[in-house]
Amino acid sequence: MTAAVIVFPGSNCDRDVAVVLKSITGKTPKMVWHQENTLPKCDLIVIPGGFSYGDYLRSGAMAAHSPIMKTIVKQAQSGVPVLGICNGFQILTESGLLPGVLMRNSSLRFVCKDVNIRVEKTDTVFSKAYIRGEILRIPIAHHEGNYFADENTLKEIEDGAQIAFRYCSSKGDITQSSNPNGSVANIAGIFNSEGNILGMMPHPERLADPFLGGTDGLPMFTALAEAISR
Amino acid sequence: MTTSDSVPTDLMGLSRKEYNTIINILERIPNFTELGIFSVMWSEHCSYKSSKIWLKSLPTSGAQVIQGPGENAGVVDIGDGLAAIFKIESHNHPSFIEPYQGAATGVGGIMRDVFTMGARPIANLNALRFGSPEHHKTRHLVNGVISGIGGYGNCMGVPTVGGEVNFDSSYNGNILVNAMTVGIASKEKIFYSAAAGVDLPVVYVGSKTGRDGIHGATMASAEFADDSDEKRPTVQVGDPFTEKLLLEACLELMATDAIVAIQDMGAAGLTSSSVEMASKGGVGINLNIDKVPRRETDMTAYEIMLSESQERMLMVLKPGHEDMAKKIFEKWEIDFEVIGITNDTGYLTLIEDSELVASIPVAPLVDAAPEYDRPWTPTPPQPIIKTKDVPSPDDLGAVLKLMISSPNLCSRQWVWEQYDHMVMGNTVIRPGADAALVRVHDTNKGIAITTDCTPRYVEANPIEGGRQAVAEAYRNVTAVGAKPLAVTNNLNFGNPEKPHTMGQLVGAIRGIGEACLALDCPVVSGNVSLYNETNGKSILPTPVIGCVGIIDNISESISFGFKANEEVIIVIGETVGWLGCSLYQKQLTDETVGAPPPVNLNEERKNGDLIRKLIKDNYLTSCHDVSDGGIAIAIAEMAIESGIGAKIDFKPNIPVHSWAFGEDQGRYIVTTKMADNVQSQASKAGVKSVAIGITSSTTLTLPGARPISIEQLRDCHLRWFPEYMAGQTKNTYSA
Repeated sequence: MTAAVIVFPGSNCDRDVAVVLKSITGKTPKMVWHQENTLPKCDLIVIPGGFSYGDYLRSGAMAAHSPIMKTIVKQAQSGVPVLGICNGFQILTESGLLPGVLMRNSSLRFVCKDVNIRVEKTDTVFSKAYIRGEILRIPIAHHEGNYFADENTLKEIEDGAQIAFRYCSSKGDITQSSNPNGSVANIAGIFNSEGNILGMMPHPERLADPFLGGTDGLPMFTALAEAISR
Repeated sequence: MTTSDSVPTDLMGLSRKEYNTIINILERIPNFTELGIFSVMWSEHCSYKSSKIWLKSLPTSGAQVIQGPGENAGVVDIGDGLAAIFKIESHNHPSFIEPYQGAATGVGGIMRDVFTMGARPIANLNALRFGSPEHHKTRHLVNGVISGIGGYGNCMGVPTVGGEVNFDSSYNGNILVNAMTVGIASKEKIFYSAAAGVDLPVVYVGSKTGRDGIHGATMASAEFADDSDEKRPTVQVGDPFTEKLLLEACLELMATDAIVAIQDMGAAGLTSSSVEMASKGGVGINLNIDKVPRRETDMTAYEIMLSESQERMLMVLKPGHEDMAKKIFEKWEIDFEVIGITNDTGYLTLIEDSELVASIPVAPLVDAAPEYDRPWTPTPPQPIIKTKDVPSPDDLGAVLKLMISSPNLCSRQWVWEQYDHMVMGNTVIRPGADAALVRVHDTNKGIAITTDCTPRYVEANPIEGGRQAVAEAYRNVTAVGAKPLAVTNNLNFGNPEKPHTMGQLVGAIRGIGEACLALDCPVVSGNVSLYNETNGKSILPTPVIGCVGIIDNISESISFGFKANEEVIIVIGETVGWLGCSLYQKQLTDETVGAPPPVNLNEERKNGDLIRKLIKDNYLTSCHDVSDGGIAIAIAEMAIESGIGAKIDFKPNIPVHSWAFGEDQGRYIVTTKMADNVQSQASKAGVKSVAIGITSSTTLTLPGARPISIEQLRDCHLRWFPEYMAGQTKNTYSA
């Protein structure tokens, strides 16, 4: 598998996700600077977490207009899997590749902690190694992770089975107290309608190594590697 | 050059005597710009004029030390060609005036100190001290400081992995914000600040210069009065995004061989960076002020030289490398400007509009900086408090609940959840533990880091308190299985012109020096912050110690939560039940008096060596240092962390409350499946060890007390901070 990790000024989880990808595929992903107009041929595009352009405007708003985004949109439309984590998710919504928007956390504070998320959909290249309803422990670290979509959009997402993960209790219940940022319907991650673009606020790359306290994020990357190498 | 013959009415914080020295150096009266340059260079903050003669007594060498104090940060060898580079620095005064920006720029400044030397920062810590929770400004200051630290560190993508947060009314008018950064570099690629060589280009990179922070160093060298809010313009504004780009650009340039010297523009901005580079390199520097990138119009040479605008660096390059270097900075969209040249004159000269506007010989500007042996009086010894003179509790369990929910012992989760503590993918032990443990990228090594100080001990006995700060830091690093390597110190004190305060500083430095020597933990960097007073009231003396340790394999580290039921709980080290200056005393009598617990440095080292060996040989399942609140608090923390309870059936031969809450030093609590082996190893090493009970079920039972549910303890522990910050003033668990 050849993966490309897009690097914006202010990206800071680019190395973290590259480390996990390399540990699985044995190949260092291509790190692609945002000013590039073309992407090398690749099987997976990752838009990593961080603070692109400092997020001084709306998170992800500036990055969504970087030169590389045109190519990413084209590749995504042709079916290449695109994974946006945290700031990457924000960039995907800002660029229109995913519906909805990520607002400031309801607490108005940055929050970094492990949360439980429930797997809602498993027939995708990203999530097929999980079991539907499985509860994962994955860290979040964001100030703007409060997912919102208007009623119609939300209905489309729900009807189209585009919800990837929801924040849940340790028993898997979708509760208000298990919602760390105020996201509508406890949404932690969503797919596009074709299922080849995933945006999520939790960081699967942060719990993919037993030394760091857990490996619930690992199956996502192994599934991607397997699906693509086949 | 224009000079005025009259003595200015405002000497910018300099004394009349210092002013006369300047006239002798220049052989004329300084002009306004020159006076400004002398003023900041000779400020307490930059010159260490009150502390220097005492700092010289600290041990600073050792086989592990690559660079001791005097550079941007200290450097220690961590093996395999790698070095850890670290320093702690205060941003107290600005953070009190404008908590968000003050704290944020403190974090930004210390990270620059570390990456200036060629290291990628891998961890940040913060030692914070606020006023009484009841004080009307405290909540606002806590909120601003925590958001500022998070706002900067999170954006930089450097994890904030630990530190301290404490409350005491002595900080009501003068909070402490001490920021520490640890970075990793290749031993062969460490960058220093000496600008050796002439005709070399002097290059300015980073943010444009504005009028923010002018005379910040001078502000940090005086006491506060009620008008402190008026000093807001001296606080700088941080831009972490630019710093992130500056970091990446600098590291990219450092991978080449273009740099002769590099220095960040911190306190006293362009002045101190250019002067320090020239002084260390034994050269002169000529700067063309007109070339300095600026974001405001009509700035004077004085303003440009004294601005403390953030995210700026000064570099001296090898000639002919300017274009290549410029390309790197252009890629990262960072300003790059050649603003001067080194020469053999030995002078700092400034040119503005083709005119010479300042000319100062560098050597005396640095070497003739005043150095004072200020009068000092030792702190009188305090009486040793007898156990019988401290009330005993009606209900041990109720006191435990009160204490573990008190502002100074409750969980700091509310704080560190606002810091990204996992970015960079190497945080092995997260905040809330004895020490944080961060893996060195692409290796199995781990760096253990902590900051510690118990100011009430230092106030009671500065020497003992100085020793204790080092000992506790040593113990915290040891408790995760790492070997302490070296320390950085942040000496926060009041007005050194008062003999009692000066005596506290002298005593604390002596205690720190003794402990560093005995524990083989030399001081490699540090910072002194004096004049922490408002309206004549001083803070508690607060010499914060940041300690860095190494573990060769992170799989041999250990955490403090209990691991399983039916394991034996052992106290390592001697318990005599010292209640003087303890938090138990504070809880029952609302004050801390008497002599602090003594530190036996020989035992400290012996106990630490034993603990590391037991951890490495896999005898232990958990380990926790015993500090504030004694054995009972330590056990409660181990239980809360894991959800596993403990049954303590040991019958102490001293009053049980002094046994449970006494703060004797040099102790650890460990759990093991191999109690006999652990105890025989301890006795072989000449270390006291006592088995006190077993881990069990979901309740904690202390000797002679009713069982307390761990769930209830956790609730007590977690709830104070969020409730306080939400404005619910109730601050203790009602028993």
